[in-house]
Amino acid sequence: MTVLDVRGLSKGFIMHHLRTRMGAFEDISFQLNAGEFLLLKGKNGAGKSTLLRTLYRSYLSQGGEILFHSDHGVIDLAKAADVDVSFLRRTEIGFVTQFLTARPRVTAQDLVAEPLRLAGQPAEEALRTARHWLNAFGVKEELWAAYPTTFSGGEQQKVNLARALILPQRLLLLDEPTASLDVIARAALVERLAELKAQGTAMIGVFHHPGDVAALIDREIDLTPDTAPEEDRDDVAV
Amino acid sequence: MMDPPQIVKTRPLLLARGVSKSFGAVKALRDVSATVYPGEVLGIVGESGSGKSTFLRCLNLEETPDEGSYTLDLPDVQGNLFDLDRYARRMLCATRIGIVYQNPHLGLLMKHSSSGNVAERLLVAGERRFHVLREKARGALDASEFPLERMDAPPIELSGGMQQRVQLAKAIALEPALLLLDEPTTGLDVSVQALVLDTLKKLQQERKITMVIVSHDLGVIRTLSDRVMVMKSGQVVEEGLADQVFQDPQHAYTQQLVHAKL
Repeated sequence: MTVLDVRGLSKGFIMHHLRTRMGAFEDISFQLNAGEFLLLKGKNGAGKSTLLRTLYRSYLSQGGEILFHSDHGVIDLAKAADVDVSFLRRTEIGFVTQFLTARPRVTAQDLVAEPLRLAGQPAEEALRTARHWLNAFGVKEELWAAYPTTFSGGEQQKVNLARALILPQRLLLLDEPTASLDVIARAALVERLAELKAQGTAMIGVFHHPGDVAALIDREIDLTPDTAPEEDRDDVAV
Repeated sequence: MMDPPQIVKTRPLLLARGVSKSFGAVKALRDVSATVYPGEVLGIVGESGSGKSTFLRCLNLEETPDEGSYTLDLPDVQGNLFDLDRYARRMLCATRIGIVYQNPHLGLLMKHSSSGNVAERLLVAGERRFHVLREKARGALDASEFPLERMDAPPIELSGGMQQRVQLAKAIALEPALLLLDEPTTGLDVSVQALVLDTLKKLQQERKITMVIVSHDLGVIRTLSDRVMVMKSGQVVEEGLADQVFQDPQHAYTQQLVHAKL
């Protein structure tokens, strides 16, 4: 079952103060099925994170289509109305980074439970699930009711992963979630990703050390310009 | 240009179309349009004089533009709201629209008790039973995280952050369909600012109140808004999802704004 069908996607940045346009990537096409894991490869600056953000609509594309097969039919994320994109981000598309956006006076467990509560789960149940995942990612129990604003970088990252992965989604975009994680948390992350993958979540990821998730990878795309062999892309653009 | 919504079937709560307003030779608003869906938070940013506060005053029916239409999709509210007479406007604003001004003097009677300020809203809506007035005012102040032991102190004796909470309590006392916020945290120190933002975020999540918030502080707008509208010289120059406008600004002016942020 197709989840994402990207056709001829291009992205560049117009920098008005320099009066230039900087190209990020040109004419990218690929298809992704439910339960598939696609790895994005390429040197620094090749456009890996840019591609993820363009798919999430944090960046606007300049050409091409991002056809997402949602529960409500096929929709082109490149041109979809803002409200539709907001709705899909709440319900079907997740974005996982290594950084936590902590809010003042919101505890770690409330932050993790929030996606479940917003999706309509009763507060008590959401909190129970949140605690389970904080535990799985190795966040110490004393910290669950504390404010993550002052946590160390590693602890913040674990809270962030627990929050980002708590709700099963149709499409998950992963922007280096394993960077600087300790062994326990990395194992928990891989385990959770495998579980979501088995449930049918399609994933696109950028990893500094793809070895961390080697067992999950189904396909790869190399975004480094010129070095990307044509057939490599044809292979994934079936 | 973006497609019309395909998945979200609800009608927009707020529709403003082609709003223009001049003060003498100064064109404060030129053909400004906005769409806000129920439960959404629209942030408006722009430099001083860009027309953002004038637009908010139009939405609060304090200002009548030279041109344009404004509708709210509510059961008993029909037609272009700019055509309403003074009495109908006052009734609508008192019962369905809440506003928090940057300057508490504009929104509160500074020498009346804080609870009385909140109860005034309820009185306009027809509530006359004293214990109900008192209970509802207490509830609204509590939801705004105002310390209840001070609920009978007049705002003039309170700190800036507390005055903003009284304004907020007054604005939400009647469960408004639309909450308008004009620089609600400007002039407050950062810790108080964070608390007010946190209260607003809670209200937004728990009560799903639709909000339009105007600020020149990009951090405030980013924390609260789902969508952002950028204004310059009375015109909308860019509009989009909050993270998109801040991470991938398209217009030269928005890029300048984002690059100027600390």
